Amino acid sequence: MNKTLETVQAGLARRRRRESRFRWYGRIAIFVSLAFLAMLIVSIVARGHKAFWQTEIAIDVFLDPEELTPPTREHLAKADLTGLIKQSLRQMFPEVRQRRRKRALYRLVSSAAPYQLRDYVLAHPDRIGQTVRLWVLAGADVDLYQKGYVDPETPESERRIKDYQIAWLRKLESEGRLVLRFNRGFFLNGDSREPEQAGIQVAFRGSLYMMVVTFALSFPLGIAAAIYLEEFAPRNNVWVDLIEININNLAAVPSIVFGLLGLAVFIGWFGLPRSTPLVGGLTLTLMTLPTVIIASRAALKAVPPSIRYAALGIGASRVQTVFHHVLPLAMPGMLTGAIIGMARALGETAPLLMIGMVAFIVDPPQSLLDPATALPVQIYLWADSPERGFVERTSAAIIVLLLFLGIMNLAAVLLRKRLERRW
Amino acid sequence: MQPHTLFWMLLGLAAYGYYLGRKRALTVSGGEIRRLHSLPDYYGYYVALWCALPALAILSLWLLLDDKIILRWVLAELPPAYRNLPPDRLSLTVNVIANLLAGERQANTVDPALAEAAEHYRHLKQLGYHALTVLVFACATAALTWAHRRISPTLRARNRVETVVRIALVASSVLAILTTIGIVLSVLFEALRFFEMVSPLEFFFGLHWSPQIAIRADQVGASGSFGFIPLLTGTLLITAIAMAVAAPLGLLSAIYLSEFAKRRTRAIVKPILEVLAGVPTVVYGFFAALVVAPWLRDLGARLGLSISSESALAAGLVMGIMIIPFVSSLTDDALTAVPRSLREGAYGLGATQAETITGVLLPAALPGIVSGLLLAVSRAIGETMIVVMAAGMAAKLTLNPLESVTTITVQIVALLVGDQEFDSPKTLAAFALGLTLFVVTLALNLVALHVIRKYREQYE
Amino acid sequence: MNTVITERHTTPDLETDDHRTVGDYTLAEPRFTCRHVNVFYGDKQALFDINLDIGQREVIALIGPSGCGKSTFLRCLNRMNDIIEGCRVEGDIRLDDQDIYAKEMDPVLLRARVGMVFQKPNPFPKSIYDNVAYGPRIHGLAANRTELDEIVETSLKRAGLWKEVKDRLDHPATGLSGGQQQRLCIARTIAVNPEVVLMDEPCSALDPIATATIEQLIDELRSRYTIVIVTHSMQQAARVSQRTAYFHMGRLIEVGETTEIFTNPRHPLTEDYITGRFG
Ligand SMILES: Nc1ncnc2c1ncn2[C@@H]1O[C@H](COP(=O)(O)OP(=O)(O)O)[C@@H](O)[C@H]1O
Ligand SMILES: [Mg+2]
Repeated sequence: MNKTLETVQAGLARRRRRESRFRWYGRIAIFVSLAFLAMLIVSIVARGHKAFWQTEIAIDVFLDPEELTPPTREHLAKADLTGLIKQSLRQMFPEVRQRRRKRALYRLVSSAAPYQLRDYVLAHPDRIGQTVRLWVLAGADVDLYQKGYVDPETPESERRIKDYQIAWLRKLESEGRLVLRFNRGFFLNGDSREPEQAGIQVAFRGSLYMMVVTFALSFPLGIAAAIYLEEFAPRNNVWVDLIEININNLAAVPSIVFGLLGLAVFIGWFGLPRSTPLVGGLTLTLMTLPTVIIASRAALKAVPPSIRYAALGIGASRVQTVFHHVLPLAMPGMLTGAIIGMARALGETAPLLMIGMVAFIVDPPQSLLDPATALPVQIYLWADSPERGFVERTSAAIIVLLLFLGIMNLAAVLLRKRLERRW
Repeated sequence: MQPHTLFWMLLGLAAYGYYLGRKRALTVSGGEIRRLHSLPDYYGYYVALWCALPALAILSLWLLLDDKIILRWVLAELPPAYRNLPPDRLSLTVNVIANLLAGERQANTVDPALAEAAEHYRHLKQLGYHALTVLVFACATAALTWAHRRISPTLRARNRVETVVRIALVASSVLAILTTIGIVLSVLFEALRFFEMVSPLEFFFGLHWSPQIAIRADQVGASGSFGFIPLLTGTLLITAIAMAVAAPLGLLSAIYLSEFAKRRTRAIVKPILEVLAGVPTVVYGFFAALVVAPWLRDLGARLGLSISSESALAAGLVMGIMIIPFVSSLTDDALTAVPRSLREGAYGLGATQAETITGVLLPAALPGIVSGLLLAVSRAIGETMIVVMAAGMAAKLTLNPLESVTTITVQIVALLVGDQEFDSPKTLAAFALGLTLFVVTLALNLVALHVIRKYREQYE
Repeated sequence: MNTVITERHTTPDLETDDHRTVGDYTLAEPRFTCRHVNVFYGDKQALFDINLDIGQREVIALIGPSGCGKSTFLRCLNRMNDIIEGCRVEGDIRLDDQDIYAKEMDPVLLRARVGMVFQKPNPFPKSIYDNVAYGPRIHGLAANRTELDEIVETSLKRAGLWKEVKDRLDHPATGLSGGQQQRLCIARTIAVNPEVVLMDEPCSALDPIATATIEQLIDELRSRYTIVIVTHSMQQAARVSQRTAYFHMGRLIEVGETTEIFTNPRHPLTEDYITGRFG
C-alpha cells in the first residue's frame, strides 16, 4: 500500500464518526419537529375532547298553568320560567335555606335552563299542570367539575365550586339525575357568553358561506388566468412576465395585507356591509387566487403537448383545443390546487379580523349579507375569553377545524393519486 | 324588480337567446350544417353573449353607483342647517339616515327632516330599481334581436365567441395586477392621509409608540405618539427567534430526508412534517398562549428567570415551528435541483455523504436555500395570529427575548379591531403600518423569487 | 475456453445461450479480477455473468451499443452503484486480491484508490484551485498549504491544464471551456493519487480538438495509472487502449488485444459492431 492510502485510512475512522454525527443531527431535527407536532395535537385533543360531552341535570318541574297558559312563544317570553326552575331546585333540596346557598343552588343549572323549559312547554302543551322530569344543562362550574378539571386538592376558597355544591352533585348523581351527554348544543348553538351554551353553528355557517363564495370565484377565475398564461400568452412579453411576477409575489404577501385591501376596497369603496360572509369570501378569493392560478398552471403544464397537437391537427381552434381536450385532462390537478387553496382560506383568520368578522353573533346567518363569524375567528374569540369553560370549547372548535382541513387535504391527496395513475 | 331577481331573469333571457340563435342558424343553413361558417352552438352563444353582456354591464355599473348618486340628491334636499355642516359632522348625519334605512333606529327618535330624507332615499332607490329593470330588459332584448337578425351562414360566430372568451381569460389574469394595484393604492392612500397628520420622520424614527392616548378630539396630530421603531425591533426579535428555531430544524430535516433517509421513511415523514404547514395560525396562537407561554414561564421561575407570560420567546418559538416545513420544503427543492453529476463527482473522489453535502451540495444549493430562508423571514414578519394571541401589546424597545414585545401586525389588528373612526390617525396608522409591512415583504419576496429563478436557470 | 463460431452473421439468442466470453479474459498479474458479476436494477438484470481481468498500467476500453451495461460495469469497480437505490451487485470483484464488496472494505477508501471521470464534465461550483484541492482536503493528504499547492500544481500539470489556468486558479471552474473542464475533472481525480482511473465516455461532450487533447493525456497517464475507459467511438478505443472488451445486452461478448479485436473480431456480434452494422 502506498502512502496516500495510509493517510486516507488513518483519517477514515474520524470521518466516519463525523458522518454518523451528521446523520444524528438530521434525525434529531426531524424528531424535534415531529415532537412539536405531537405536542400540539396532544395538548389540543387533551384539552378539547371533553367538550363534545356536556353535563346535564334532571329536575322535576311543575308546569304551573298559571304561569304557562297560553303556551305561546310571546307569552312564555314574559313568563317567569326561571322562577319555575328555581322552585323545582328548592324542592329537590328543601334543606337549603341560606340566601347565598340558594344562589349557589340555582347556579347548578345553566342560565339556558329557562329556554329549555320554554321549548319543552312549546313542544308538549298538553303536559301543563303536571310535574315533569326535564333534563337541563348544568352550569359551567358543574360541567368543569364533572369533567375532572377541578383539582380536589385546591383549598375550597380558591375553587369556584364549593364543597357543599359537590355534596349536592353527589346526591344528584346517586339519584341518576346527573349525566354526561353528547353535546349537541356545541354544534347547533351560536356564540354565547356562557361557555356551556356556546356553539359553533354561526361560525360554521359563516365559514361555509365564505368557502362557497371563495370557491365560486377563485376557481373559475384562477383557471381562466392559468389558461391564458399557459396556453395563450406570448412568451417573453414584458406584460406577461409582469403578471407572472405579480402572481408569484401575491402568493407570498402576508394575509393581513389582504385584509386591509378588503377593508379599503370592499367596505370602504364598494360600501358592502361589514362582518358579512360576502366580504369575507371576496377577500379570501383575492388571497387564494394566486395559489389556484399557480396550481392550475402546473396542471396544464403536465398535460402532454401531443394532445394539443392532435387536436389542432384535426382542425380544432386553439380555444376549442384548450376547452375540449386540455382542460378536462388538467381538471383533477386544478381541483387539487383549488382544494389546497380553499383549505388555506378556511384556516385564515387575520384578514377576517380586518373586515370586522370578529363580532359576538348568536343567530346563524341566513344569507351572504348577514353578519357572521368564521371557525378560526370563533377560536380566536373564545381563546381570548377569560372563563375557564372556554378553553375546552376553543380546543374542541380547533379539533373540528382540523378535521375539516384534514378531510380537504386528504381529498386533495386522493385526487392527486388518481391523477398520477392516469399518466 | 330587485337586482338579484333581475340578474337571474337576464340569465334566463340569455339562455333563450342561445336557443333562438341556434335555431335560426339551423334554419338559415337550410338543414345543411356544412354551409355554416361555425357549428350551430356558436351562433347560440353569439346571441346569448350579446344579450347578456351589455345588460350585465349596465346592471353592475348601476349597482356600483346608485347609492352614491341617490345619497347626493337626498343630501342636497336636506335643510340648509344640515347641508352646511363640516364633512365629519355630515358623515354622522349620513350614518343616522343609514341606520333609519336599516331599521336600526325608529323614525320618531330623530329629526323629522332626517326621517323624511330616509323616506325619500327609499323611494328614490325603489324608483331606480324600476328604471333599471326597464333599462336592462330593453337593452337585453334589443341586443338579442339585433344579434339574432345578423345570423347568416357567413357570420363568423365562432371567432366572435372565441374573442370574448380570450378577453375573459386575459381579464382574469389581469386581476392579479389589479389586486396588487388595489393593495398599493388602498394602503398608500390611507397611509398618505396618515402622514399628513403625523410626520413620516416621527413615524419611521420615533422611539415611542402609544397610539391610544387621544387627549382632545381636535388635537388630531398630537394624540398619542407614533414611533414605529419599537414595533420594528419587536417584529425583528420575534422573527429572529423564529428563524433560529426553523432554520436549523428545517435545513437538517430536509438534508436528512433528501440525502440519508430511505425512500419509505421519506414517503412517510415528509407529509407528516408538512402537516405543520397546514395547521391554521390561529391554532398555533392558541398553542403558544395556552401551552408554551405558561410552560416557559414556569420553567423560568424554576431557573430563577422572570419570563413574561407574553414573552417574545414563546411567540417566536411557536412561529418557528410553523415555519419549519416551509424551510424544509424549499431546502428540499434546492437540493433536488443540484444536478446528479455534482453528487457523483464528489462520491467518485471518495467523499463521504456528509462531506458531499457540506462541501458540494450545500454550496451549490446555497442561492436556493438563502432565498427560501428569505421567503421564510418574509412570512414570519407578516404572520399575525400567533403574535396577536401570544405576544404583548406594550411597545417596549428591547431585545430581551424574555420580555414582552409587540409587532407591526399586532398593532394593525389592535388599531383596526373594535370601533373605528375612519379619519382618526389611530385608524390610519394601521394603514401606514400595513404599507410598511407590504413594502418590506415585497422586497424580500422579489429578491427571493428572483434568486430562485436565476438559480433554476443555472441548472437547466 | 473459446466457443467455436461456425455460423457467422447470425445473432445468437443471448437469453437462452449458455454464454461464454470469446477471448482470454484472464491476466497473469491483474489489478482487478471480476468473476461472475451480475448486476440488477430492481428486478431488471443489467449485467450477466461478467468475467474480466484488468491489468496494471494498461488502458482497457469498454465498447458496445448504448444500454449494453458498460457504465454499469464501470461503476461496479468503485462501488458507485451503491448510491443508486435498488441496485444490487452479485459476484466477486477483487482489487489487488481484496474483495471490494467485502464488509471491511470502506467505499470511501476504495474510491480514493479508484477514481472516476464522468461523461459530462462536472466541476464543482468553486474555484479551479478548490476543485483540484477538494479530494486532498477531504482525505487529509496535505499537511499544510504548501503541500496542497504542490499537489494542485502537479495534478494540473499532469492533466495538461497548468499552463492555461495557472494565473487564474481562484476563478470559478464553471467559467472554463468544456475541454478544460474535463481536464480539470481529470486533474481533480488524480490529485487524490489513485491507482485506477475510470472514465465514462470522457470525450462524448467535447469537440474534436478537446478530444484529441484528452486522448493524448490518457496516453501519458498510462505510465502511472490503470485506466478503464468507456467509449462510444471505436477510433478512440483503437487510439488509446491496449485491450478492448465488447459488451452486448449485458454480456461481455469478446475481449482481447485492441489490435486483434479491431482487425480480427471473432464473434459475429463484435464484427457487426466494429464494421458499423449497428450501435
Ligand atoms: N439507475 C438505473 N435504474 C434502472 N436501470 C438502469 C439504471 N441505470 C442503467 N440502467 C439500465 O441498465 C442497462 C445498462 O445501462 P448502462 O450501463 O448505463 O449502459 P451503457 O452505459 O452501456 O449505455 C440499461 O438497460 C439501462 O436502462
Ligand atoms: Mg453509459
